[in-house]
Amino acid sequence: MLSEHNDNPAVRLSNLDFCWGSTKNDFQIKIKDFQLKKNESGILVGPSGSGKSTLLSLLCGILRPQKGTTQILGENIESMSNSERDRFRSDHMGIIFQQFNLVPYLSAIDNVLLPLYFSPARRQAAGKIQSKINSEAKQLLDTLGIASKTLGTQKAVTLSIGQQQRVAAARAFIGSPELIIADEPTSSLDEENQNEFLNQLFKQKEQTGASLLMVSHNTHIAKRFDRLIEIEKISDISVEKEKIK
Amino acid sequence: MIILRLAWQSLMNRKFTTILTILSIAVSVMLLLGVEKVRSSARTSFINTISGTDLVVGARTGGVQLLLYSVFHIGDATANVTWKTVEDIKKRDEVKWIVPIALGDSHRGYRVVGTSSEYFERFRYRRNIPLQFVEGYKFSDLFDAVLGAEVARTLNYKIDDEIILAHGTGPVSIGKDHGDTPFRVSGILAPTGTPVDRVVHVSMEAIEAIHLGWETGAYSDQNNKKSAEELRKIDLSPKAATAVYVGLKSRMTTFSLQRWINTYKQEPIIAILPGVVFGELWSMIGNIEKVLLIISTLVVLTAILGMIISILASLNERRREMAILRAIGAKPIQIFTLFTAEATTIAFLGVVIGFFSLYSTLFIIQPFIENLTGLYLDITLPKWNEIILMVTIMGAAVLAGIIPALRAYRTSLSDGLMIRG
Repeated sequence: MLSEHNDNPAVRLSNLDFCWGSTKNDFQIKIKDFQLKKNESGILVGPSGSGKSTLLSLLCGILRPQKGTTQILGENIESMSNSERDRFRSDHMGIIFQQFNLVPYLSAIDNVLLPLYFSPARRQAAGKIQSKINSEAKQLLDTLGIASKTLGTQKAVTLSIGQQQRVAAARAFIGSPELIIADEPTSSLDEENQNEFLNQLFKQKEQTGASLLMVSHNTHIAKRFDRLIEIEKISDISVEKEKIK
Repeated sequence: MIILRLAWQSLMNRKFTTILTILSIAVSVMLLLGVEKVRSSARTSFINTISGTDLVVGARTGGVQLLLYSVFHIGDATANVTWKTVEDIKKRDEVKWIVPIALGDSHRGYRVVGTSSEYFERFRYRRNIPLQFVEGYKFSDLFDAVLGAEVARTLNYKIDDEIILAHGTGPVSIGKDHGDTPFRVSGILAPTGTPVDRVVHVSMEAIEAIHLGWETGAYSDQNNKKSAEELRKIDLSPKAATAVYVGLKSRMTTFSLQRWINTYKQEPIIAILPGVVFGELWSMIGNIEKVLLIISTLVVLTAILGMIISILASLNERRREMAILRAIGAKPIQIFTLFTAEATTIAFLGVVIGFFSLYSTLFIIQPFIENLTGLYLDITLPKWNEIILMVTIMGAAVLAGIIPALRAYRTSLSDGLMIRG
């Protein structure tokens, strides 16, 4: 799975043109060229409403651009069918949201295991047999500071927000997807939890060799990343009448 | 499959609402199946009030009226059939047996039926069940009487008790008692759930005996009064019957004998096929059952509506959950499946629980119902119409479940990974 995409950048956008709605006044984002290399970590910053979330939706294949191409791991996701893109996303990407990342009625461990049911490829990568897969999930939780024996079996809603974010990180990394996309995952955490979360995130990233693209308001943490990406610099945005997010 | 597991766990997470929704469907299923059960049992037990009798013969009148007085003992006959005619019918080759009945007297509100002792062998009810004695025997003496179960129970009679019959059929009869000829209870029948339970049976000869001197309608022949002993000695062979139950050797001959009787020259009489006339009668009084069925169908619809409402109400708070599943790689069609599976699970459990609650309830209340109303609820494996009803309810619920599922599908498409108010 990894070798197939070895030489390609993790993300490559070229001549992308996306517009909400159809009139001139609608929010529009144009990106001429953007790349995130393999193993690279990038932090995407920009004021609210500058199109960061729109960009992430484009990368995840939830939104489709009017023009241009979105290549993830060398594959052009515009040429895929809807269900192929859903499959591609579950095979190759781990996604962490700002908050409320977990299915509330499942236990922490079941939340971590969830992507494996949608992606046989990641299931293979996590382990051949169920007991191996379970211990992989527990190990991930333990590494991220969630005691799998106690907290792991609790329902997701009973965990604190900091704990929930770490469970979400474990879920993003299980089965070693090549690209981790995080949408302000630390914004709901206090400083101590933020640091702890980022430490774990980078540790996992190094271990799995994934690429990481994270959106954040917080420029203090930028030094931890290989690259600081300012959205205004890579894109041409018209924001006459927008309110996204 | 993961979607089914998610559906189950999501339902379990909302246990209280889920259980209430399942219960409301279960109760409605119970009601609908129960009404259907009572309906078909009532119909069967009505139509099988008398079985094994191929024709009922009486003086010419409407078929329904003849059935009402000869079998249900409701209303009175306008005329009798003379004994010669009865003998003529009996002599026909097609006829295997006849049982005459004579009506017109009562005992404390219960009808007296004069008949032959063959009655107790020939009379069949429901599916060919013969009458049974819980105590005593059929008549051996002129003044023996056999009581139906309800008569014995309500009036608290035992074997060898003396009873006095009244002339006429009104609930209270003044000065019209056959007081000088008391009867002795010789037998008590087991409950049947048919009009037999409310009847005092005596012999045809006894009817003749107590009516000697009553030819004008009131007792007139005071001087010629005879004692029971004297009565036992004179010839009391019956002169008339109110109606005759006829059993045939072969059912093939039913219609030809019916035609013969209906065109009998010496006396205006008619023969009816009890099953056919029961059907006519039922179609006149059976409308109430349709109303019940419609009402219980509406109750089922209400329960299904309740289910949709409860799922729809949960949709908004579950938008986040749908976005998470989409991010993980769930296709919109899988989101659709998730919600459909939840509705299907609720409906399935509702129908199954409703079904089993009904049957266990039936099992418990069956004897009480039979005692109280005489309605025999036949507990058998579910009949086709019940299975069809249950499958229809399931299908309707699953179809209804598509409404919230479609909404979820569309929401998950438009929300994507981000939730926009």
